[in-house]
Amino acid sequence: MPEREQIRRTPAERTETSVDDAPQGSETGEKLKAELDDLLDEIDEVLETNAEDFVRSFVQKGGQ
Amino acid sequence: MAIRKICGIETEYGIVHRGTDDPNPITASSVLINSYLSDLNRSGGSALGVPQVGWDFEFESPGSDARGVAPIGSMPPEIETHLTNAVLTNGARYYVDHAHPELSTPECGDAFSIVTFDRSAEVILERSMLAADALLPDGQSIVVYKNNSDGKGNSYGCHENYLVDRALPFGRIVAEVTPHFITRQIFCGAGKVGSEIGFSAEEVPFQISQRADFFEEEVGLETTLKRPIINTRDEPHADPQKYRRLHVIIGDANMSEVATFLKVGTTAIVLAMIEDDWIKADFRFTSPIGALRSVSTDLSMSAALPLLSGGSITALEVQVHLLERAIDWTNHHGFDLVGTQAGPEILRRWGETLLAIEAESASLASTVDWIAKYRLIDGYRERHGLAWGDARLHALDLQYHDLRPEKSLARRVGLETICTKADIEKGTSNPPEDTRAYFRGACLAKFGSDIVSANWDSLVFDTGGDSLRRVAMMEPSRGTAAHVASVIESSQTAAELLDRLGS
Repeated sequence: MPEREQIRRTPAERTETSVDDAPQGSETGEKLKAELDDLLDEIDEVLETNAEDFVRSFVQKGGQ
Repeated sequence: MAIRKICGIETEYGIVHRGTDDPNPITASSVLINSYLSDLNRSGGSALGVPQVGWDFEFESPGSDARGVAPIGSMPPEIETHLTNAVLTNGARYYVDHAHPELSTPECGDAFSIVTFDRSAEVILERSMLAADALLPDGQSIVVYKNNSDGKGNSYGCHENYLVDRALPFGRIVAEVTPHFITRQIFCGAGKVGSEIGFSAEEVPFQISQRADFFEEEVGLETTLKRPIINTRDEPHADPQKYRRLHVIIGDANMSEVATFLKVGTTAIVLAMIEDDWIKADFRFTSPIGALRSVSTDLSMSAALPLLSGGSITALEVQVHLLERAIDWTNHHGFDLVGTQAGPEILRRWGETLLAIEAESASLASTVDWIAKYRLIDGYRERHGLAWGDARLHALDLQYHDLRPEKSLARRVGLETICTKADIEKGTSNPPEDTRAYFRGACLAKFGSDIVSANWDSLVFDTGGDSLRRVAMMEPSRGTAAHVASVIESSQTAAELLDRLGS
């Protein structure tokens, strides 16, 4: 295990930065970006056509 | 003393009946399961056995509380005995529960086996959808989702079960496994767009766990409201003098095989370490529910979680400690209790995952569900210039879990696999060979017409005599292929088998 760096933030700072801090790469960043572009092209064909209706009508009874 | 970690997963699936104005999820779930069973009977003949054996509720007691006396106001779950309820030749139970189709895997001997049978369950659900669609009127179909929330405040579970030594005081389980459940989210959360407890899309655009929003207590008997991190249901389905079944209700259903492997594998090792008093650290949080939600909503995975003993710790630090202790525990005890093949692989993947979380978490997009899902949804959001909260992002979230192979986004994002297609196919009709599930499944396949009911710890045969004959299976490690395969194989009738078993 390498040394663990401690990054401590106050809760308020965390809320602001939480999305920007989300997983990001650097070294393999370009390759991952190209793969993601291909994936986004591909999924367009299979996405639910009316997202709003789909999401609104997806109602489940609570379970365990 | 640690005991072998036999385990299983029960998954309640989301269900949508399309093409009808008046969908009823209970009816749809029954149609789904009965269509599958009818197809099996039509196509399989004796090879697939007769799976429509009823479930035996005689000894079920989901209201028993591990703490002894249940506190006043506790709500034991109800058993709905009138709904569809089948036992399959792979040893699994397939049934309708709380308006959802539910499949409980057979008892598995290690984390590899669990992943296989969890994936076999998905294939059974896929086939059920095809079978149901063939019977439904034109324009109607039933679609199943392997997730845990509808995004509107309704949740349904993916429960894990682990065999635990009865001698271990329940209070120690609570104190020592809770920190693992709170922090393991960072690699086994399935990810969710938004929050269901009142936070705006700006406050919580995306979170790590599907389920964290729905937990309100630290310990309790409930499973459907005021859900507790530690569920106290005391129903071992095995010799109650020797065993507990720890019923874990806090996990997310995973689409990633590696995530399921790590979820079950790390938890099995942590429980064995607790039995051997090997954790050697006090990670009790000042607010377990607060810590659970902090971890879920902090995508940077660096939130400081306040400890009862003073100071604070991050989820990653807790996991690194548990891994270090696990390496030490296996150095002393070997891998027998968690699987000699699975054990070293659990440690390897656990270590790699924690290192990647520190260094470059994007590399986990092929193994960790929430990171794979986040990458997909955030990429889509950027490409189309959408705000968090847009319905299209919620739609992507739901469709990640769609179990139709041609629609599932999880099956398109490049997730690494562990099981072979052949293993998954085999698991749809054949039981694991290293637990009592073997006896259940093999008897159903060969003598299904003589079995009148089954449950986790017994089979009831009708061999034509004056009374029914019950075979108890109170030891989850017995009834394996090594124990009973030859006697089942060489018995011509169920009566002969029972005579030879001495039942």
